[in-house]
Amino acid sequence: MNEAMWAFGRVSGIVSLILFTVTLLLGVLTRSGRPLPGLPRFSISLIHRNTSLLALVFLVLHVGALMLDSYAHLSIADIFVPFLGTYKPFWQGLGTVALDLVIAIVVTSLFRRRIGARAFKVLHWFTYAMWPIALAHAIGNGTNGTSRFFLLFAVGSVAVVLAAVVWRMSSRFIESARAREKAIH
Amino acid sequence: MSPTPSHQTLHIDWTKCDGRGLCTELIPDLLERDKWGYPVARKSAPADRSNVDVAYTRLEAAREAVELCPLLALSLGPVRQT
Amino acid sequence: MTLTGSTGIHQESRAPRADARLFAGIADPGYAAHLATFGPLNFAVIGSELVAELERSGLTGRGGAGFPAGQKSRAVLLGSARGWTPSSVVIANGAEGEPRSLKDSTLLRVAPHLVIDGLLASARALGASKMYLYASGAGLEFVRHAIAERKDARGIRLVEAPDTFVSGEASAVVNSIENGVALPKDRVVRLTTSGLRRRPTVVHNIETLAHVALIARYGAGWFRAAGTNGDPGTRLVTVSGSIVAERVLEVPGDQSVREILAACGCAENNVGAVLVGGYHGAWLGRAQLGTPLSAAALAPYGAHPGAGVLYVIGAEECGLRISADIVRFLATESARQCGPCMFGLPEMANILNRIAVGQKDRSLRRELESLMGSVIGRGSCHHPDGTARFVASTLRTFSADVEAHFTGHCVRCHGI
Repeated sequence: MNEAMWAFGRVSGIVSLILFTVTLLLGVLTRSGRPLPGLPRFSISLIHRNTSLLALVFLVLHVGALMLDSYAHLSIADIFVPFLGTYKPFWQGLGTVALDLVIAIVVTSLFRRRIGARAFKVLHWFTYAMWPIALAHAIGNGTNGTSRFFLLFAVGSVAVVLAAVVWRMSSRFIESARAREKAIH
Repeated sequence: MSPTPSHQTLHIDWTKCDGRGLCTELIPDLLERDKWGYPVARKSAPADRSNVDVAYTRLEAAREAVELCPLLALSLGPVRQT
Repeated sequence: MTLTGSTGIHQESRAPRADARLFAGIADPGYAAHLATFGPLNFAVIGSELVAELERSGLTGRGGAGFPAGQKSRAVLLGSARGWTPSSVVIANGAEGEPRSLKDSTLLRVAPHLVIDGLLASARALGASKMYLYASGAGLEFVRHAIAERKDARGIRLVEAPDTFVSGEASAVVNSIENGVALPKDRVVRLTTSGLRRRPTVVHNIETLAHVALIARYGAGWFRAAGTNGDPGTRLVTVSGSIVAERVLEVPGDQSVREILAACGCAENNVGAVLVGGYHGAWLGRAQLGTPLSAAALAPYGAHPGAGVLYVIGAEECGLRISADIVRFLATESARQCGPCMFGLPEMANILNRIAVGQKDRSLRRELESLMGSVIGRGSCHHPDGTARFVASTLRTFSADVEAHFTGHCVRCHGI
């Protein structure tokens, strides 16, 4: 049973990470205000939200399974307070940090009408911190963390996310950039 | 007999709008887009294109636009005289 | 004629003459001279009936919009009659963002006590709990000095206005006082319903308040004795541009532009055109100088007295070049909060400039007209609307120049 819990915990963690990676890429696409063929802007926005919620579900499963697994020795405190754990405290702590950030980001997103656009935006910027922390946690903490497959996947993800970030910072990022630049010279 | 549900007013807060265009996709009959991306009210008088009259049949779509606007620049309220 | 609730001391014959009312005391702006010239004003007996007197007087706002002053105050009274509302706020707006206007700074220098009286009287009439005076640093200095001369004005809070074009816009005034940011805000309800810190707020131009101070003393009938039925009272105008020296004068309502220029010693055959109302106003060609400076008379020309600005350009000056510079200025003065204004105005400035320097492209006119139509009503304040109105007037009044420029000539100056 423990083996199953342990395995399920690891797999759900990896799935969650993949989904958060997709969420991030969709988030950058959302910010660009550009549609995709067959996918209008509002669809992209909705898929971005839904993917993040799905990622959160798998994150909850990941944490839940590891709590039920006696080997991981995860307590409630470990989930919210980083670096308290007994098993690889640093790498596990990174996971806790990432989880805390996810909670903050998701909650502020759900209540963004109430807290206002500025507070929502500031918290959302933390996704750029949350993702590398989550990846580092996966590499350092996971049993498969340093396996060749996983490292390949990690390198690939970093490349894709980096490309997205570079695109995000480019001058022609938003759709109407050219028209707007032309107006104000 | 209760009054038939009437229309509402969709208000555009220009200080928040960044012309992302989700609203123009959701209610294209009410809003089109200018070349910089910002919504243009199709049916309003020129002087009052910050407030779009939304018929009862389009309320659902307008609510979606309000909910999905990334900058929270839209709001829906009772019909107002400006 | 005396006003119930005023001092009742001054008879109409002792009230200022028609053409020198606000400026009756310019010889000495001090408090003692102010009292000697206008008589005292007993604020304790002023109540909401002052609002009715303002409505009877027909006084319209002197800040640019020309909204009836009594109506604005009435809205606050009606609001509180409907149910409990927080106490109101009165703001004296002296932020003269219009570059061609000097009347507000002049008024603060020569008659600060009239402005203070008007502010105190308005606050009393509405039962307002807070009073603000918003003006440039230099203007506030005169006000500070004036407040120190008297005992009843300590409650007025002074707030400095930045020297920008939009700083005088009503929601920018409230935003500046509330948050220190003199930029317009999106408003869903009127300021008279909910303004500064959610209180019903009345923003009056300081000249409007100076007139209120006199109406509170001498009544609506006296106010209407100057000007005409359609444009009662007097107003301050700033005349500048291609004239001997810029001047601020007080003129009765419905006085023609021609007469005002004549009073400034401006030779009419040297006049090319006159910009009426400020940079959001409209041009009058030489043939139209007989038009009275009132809302009704100017309306057919798409113009409005505005803040009483008359900017004269000479017969040899190119109205298109001057207009292009004005639109460039208006574009840089955009608050840059709203897309259509932030992008539309600079693009209009570019196109008008190309027409002004003689680019022979007829499609520019259509492009400009299309841009004008696109920015109107799509912003949180009326800066884009006013700019579009000015551009429309430019194309109308200088249409001959536009045609000439398209063929490579300028009818005013020699060559382009």
